[in-house]
Amino acid sequence: MLATHLDPLAASLFSLIAIASMLLSFVMLGSRWLKNYLYAFGAQSWLIAILSVTVGYYGHYPELYLIAVLTAFFRGLFLPYLVLRILRRLHVDREIHLNMRPSTSLVIGAGAVVFALIVAYRIANAAGFPQNIVVLALTVMFTMKLVGFLMLSTRYEAVSQILGLLLLENGIFLGSQILIPGMPTLIELVILFDLLVAVACFGVLVRYLMAHVGSTSTFHLKKLVG
Amino acid sequence: MTGIAIAIILGAPLAAILLSGVRPRPQVGEFVNLIASFFVLAAACPLPFVVAAPVTYWNDYLVLDRLGAWVLLCTALVYFLASIFAIGYMRLIQHPERLPTFYALFAAFALTMLIVPLMNNVGAFWIAIELTTLVSTFLVGYEREAESMEAAWKYIIVVSAGISLALLGTVLLYWGGSLVLGPTYDMTWLALRDVAPRMNPLILKLGFLLVLVGYGTKVGLAPMHTWLPDAHSEGPAPVSAMLSGALLNSAMLGIVRFLTITDAADIGPVPHEALIVLGVFSVFIGALFIVRQEGVKRVMAYSSIEHMGILALGFGFGGPLGIAGSMYHMLNHSLNKSLMFFGAGNVMRRYGTKEMPAIRKVLHEFPVSGILWLAGAIGITGAPPFATFLSEFMILRAGFASTQTWAAIALLILLIVIFIGFLNHFSRMYFEGEQEQPAAGPRIDAWGVLPMWLALIPLLVLGVWWPSSLMHVFNDVARVLGVLP
Repeated sequence: MLATHLDPLAASLFSLIAIASMLLSFVMLGSRWLKNYLYAFGAQSWLIAILSVTVGYYGHYPELYLIAVLTAFFRGLFLPYLVLRILRRLHVDREIHLNMRPSTSLVIGAGAVVFALIVAYRIANAAGFPQNIVVLALTVMFTMKLVGFLMLSTRYEAVSQILGLLLLENGIFLGSQILIPGMPTLIELVILFDLLVAVACFGVLVRYLMAHVGSTSTFHLKKLVG
Repeated sequence: MTGIAIAIILGAPLAAILLSGVRPRPQVGEFVNLIASFFVLAAACPLPFVVAAPVTYWNDYLVLDRLGAWVLLCTALVYFLASIFAIGYMRLIQHPERLPTFYALFAAFALTMLIVPLMNNVGAFWIAIELTTLVSTFLVGYEREAESMEAAWKYIIVVSAGISLALLGTVLLYWGGSLVLGPTYDMTWLALRDVAPRMNPLILKLGFLLVLVGYGTKVGLAPMHTWLPDAHSEGPAPVSAMLSGALLNSAMLGIVRFLTITDAADIGPVPHEALIVLGVFSVFIGALFIVRQEGVKRVMAYSSIEHMGILALGFGFGGPLGIAGSMYHMLNHSLNKSLMFFGAGNVMRRYGTKEMPAIRKVLHEFPVSGILWLAGAIGITGAPPFATFLSEFMILRAGFASTQTWAAIALLILLIVIFIGFLNHFSRMYFEGEQEQPAAGPRIDAWGVLPMWLALIPLLVLGVWWPSSLMHVFNDVARVLGVLP
């Protein structure tokens, strides 16, 4: 496994990128402006692309360069562009209804990091890889997952929910770059493509929501109960 | 030979998508879709009986084994029945200009579901499941009313978030495997099963639980079921039948395949126990909401949650009986639930409402198909002489033979509650009160009654006569799953 024989520079680069992406997910959590979510997501995708390049370089996986280019292009430019188009059409620029203040969600997010760290630490130890980088990769993966779910459950705007979902996927993608850089390229490519289709579907659906419900805040979607 | 069958199964819906998407006339879409579904069914029917050992195709990306072939058969059956029903039903919905889109989406949905059981790569399986969600969202929201848009949005968000957990589980399992096999390997079901005994048990357990919650969301196991009643009740009736009868089975297949992987390793009873707990809870939630439900399609939706819980229990109990019972129940549920949704669709069109209190004297309006629907209601609660009784009985026997007797007792009690609650709704709709306003909606034609016959007859036949070739298929699957020598 790549993480077992890593020179210190690479290890610190990986850690830096992983922690920076984790902090970006907290930017999403602490803000109520939809554009901030979008920029944080875009920056995070670029960081993941850089991570792919460094992993490819240090681990000798040339195919990761291709993945990095595609990640930067699709996740870093095209997906944010698609979401930006949705945003422009909606004339909504921030969360109006919040069922939790950003400060509260930041605190809960911090709790999520601690929880993720404990779980990651136990798994890494059980697997026999107590290296920092493995623990860190698992922690970031779980944290972004939990923060994504927090976004999904505390934000009402359709765009926030789309970005919450994308955050879930970014977390998995980031962790898998460090843990399993040798994952078959085809699968990674198809997942990227799948993500693109998903966001396109979300775009269409948001338009329908606007036209047939009259709002894109899921706050108003409460007809179906029981 | 089976290669040709697979080519037909995947090619026919593809042709239907192209033809109904290109030709603007709705009639073309209807019949192309119907013909495609017939070919799919004809090709899928013999597969479970002729596939002896797993066969792989196309650089090992596709695999055909008995379990997959069985799920294919269930999907093909529902696709065929729903395609017949759609012809009559969809003509009653306004906007005939959107019908070609409907049939293109319908065939695409069928295609994605037919791909799922054939996927040999664990990652590709996840992608196929995700694709079923993306396509079916637009079918759920097809009627474009505020309620159906809400259901569609809830469906895509809840299910996508849920199955992203399954992706996390898959990544963890790949990582666990890579610690043994080296950084790059083909993540096929077989490879994972072979490596499972040498994998770290903690990673394996965690990976399985994540996958269970992830695909469990798609299966509709409680407490991840929240999208299911909305999506099933707001889509057009043929779509509800496909969602309930076919889609849930495909997702369940993922859980069963991962269960096989954990069974290959000796990691204790946790995976089975988790499945059993989710199963009992699903049946419990199903029972609670069936009793207190007003919407006619929502009753059917909660009954789907109940039946998926029963399937989870069967696979969780394990043993030859549990597996045979669950596989049999998959088929029976597919047939029976399609019948129920068709009946519900007919009634909803005629009475112009989804609310059961406004539906009275069904037999007066539907002398023939009303009887079919009532028979289906008796079947879906697991009463004899229908095949669902046999399969539920087998699962109960498996439960009493296992160490988890409490779950079997709970299942038995809840099944009785559901029987009373479900038939209570039907006795009110059929025999009580007077219809206040005369039913004014359009009458359903033969297209709406034929698939009900086609679903009920096999259900009745399989309930009194169990072909030995079926038992042979089930035992073979049990052998592959490692519970029979």
